[in-house]
Amino acid sequence: MKIAVLSGKGGTGKTLVSVNLAAVAKEAFYIDCDVEEPNGHLFFEPKPIGSEKIVIKIPVVDEKLCNGCRKCVEFCKFNALAYINNKLIVFDDVCHSCGGCMLFCPEKALTEQEKMIGQVQYGNSENVTVVTGILNTGEASGTPIIKKLLNYAKREQAITFIDCPPGSACIVMESIKDADYCILVAEPTLFGVHNLNMVYELVKLFHKPYGVVLNKCLEGENPAEKFCIEKGIKILEKIPFDNELGKLNSNALISVREYEKYKELFASLLQIVTEEVQHEAAVNP
Amino acid sequence: MKIAMPVNDKSMESCVGNTFGRTGYFLVYDTETKEGIFVDNSAAASQGGAGIKAAQTVVDSQVEALITPQCGENAAKVLQASNIKIYKIINDSIQDNINAFNHGELSLLEKIHGGFHGHGGK
Repeated sequence: MKIAVLSGKGGTGKTLVSVNLAAVAKEAFYIDCDVEEPNGHLFFEPKPIGSEKIVIKIPVVDEKLCNGCRKCVEFCKFNALAYINNKLIVFDDVCHSCGGCMLFCPEKALTEQEKMIGQVQYGNSENVTVVTGILNTGEASGTPIIKKLLNYAKREQAITFIDCPPGSACIVMESIKDADYCILVAEPTLFGVHNLNMVYELVKLFHKPYGVVLNKCLEGENPAEKFCIEKGIKILEKIPFDNELGKLNSNALISVREYEKYKELFASLLQIVTEEVQHEAAVNP
Repeated sequence: MKIAMPVNDKSMESCVGNTFGRTGYFLVYDTETKEGIFVDNSAAASQGGAGIKAAQTVVDSQVEALITPQCGENAAKVLQASNIKIYKIINDSIQDNINAFNHGELSLLEKIHGGFHGHGGK
């Protein structure tokens, strides 16, 4: 069972929810797909087991073979190639490693070269296996790292929590692709509603079952709750605005490992989510 | 000498475009014959790397100078590889900028921005 946790912006509580759900489960697999700024490991402080370098393949040109036909330049959707002064220039940062230019080159002047863009680290923290993706600073896309991370999850039997990057771009699409269920975390503000709507549209587009966790709930009107009611979206849990919880989180402590009341809160959420997934599996097998 | 400028429409009465990579058209102007042609910027609708493709178009027009409000680092790399000088506009009038260029009154564009890479904006 794979549960993706996502939100339209950073700071809503994706990591709070996914870390605590994983920690409260009997046995869990936690994947940090927020490869630009992974922070789940700060909570789990996993004992390292291993790591793996992630490389992508980018084209290099053999200038002796290139005849300047520009087939590769015309093909590249991302415009990673330019032909200037009788020389082909490759923009590594813009290249998406599709390999198309190499297939199109009639002179076989382009070959692959490996480039390291980041790494995956894995380790243990009590009942949780923690897998973290780390993208090197300055690299354009973390998608190849996320592909690798989700490959780890493929073999995994334990309940898996995918802590997604913020937003609704390619990198998030890649993160939720294999998920059985999506938890959308939302803040009780108008801005929060806007961001919730972005991920709401995304999970609908991907035909994923989903529910919302309303975080930082205050007394009075909650625009995100209103949005959920209007759209008929299932509200899985309302986490109150709670200084104590905020403080624990700021000190990189896992709330469910500290206090019984938070253990109860997240155990209840886990129960609700598990039932939702089983219900989905029964209704839409 | 041939020069290029990003413009909003295919007319000398139009304005200088406010971006380089995603401008609608380029004016390619010959300062000797005082004739200009308008070239479609096929990079305008690109998913990414618009600056690189737009710069390729400018290079292929065989100009020696570009007059633009701004330019990203990837585009600048392409232009500099062809020894095209990049000048900063003085206002958004096409004719004013051509006149200023002819009188040697334009200064080189000093600030090459890091690119927007899918984030839009100005």
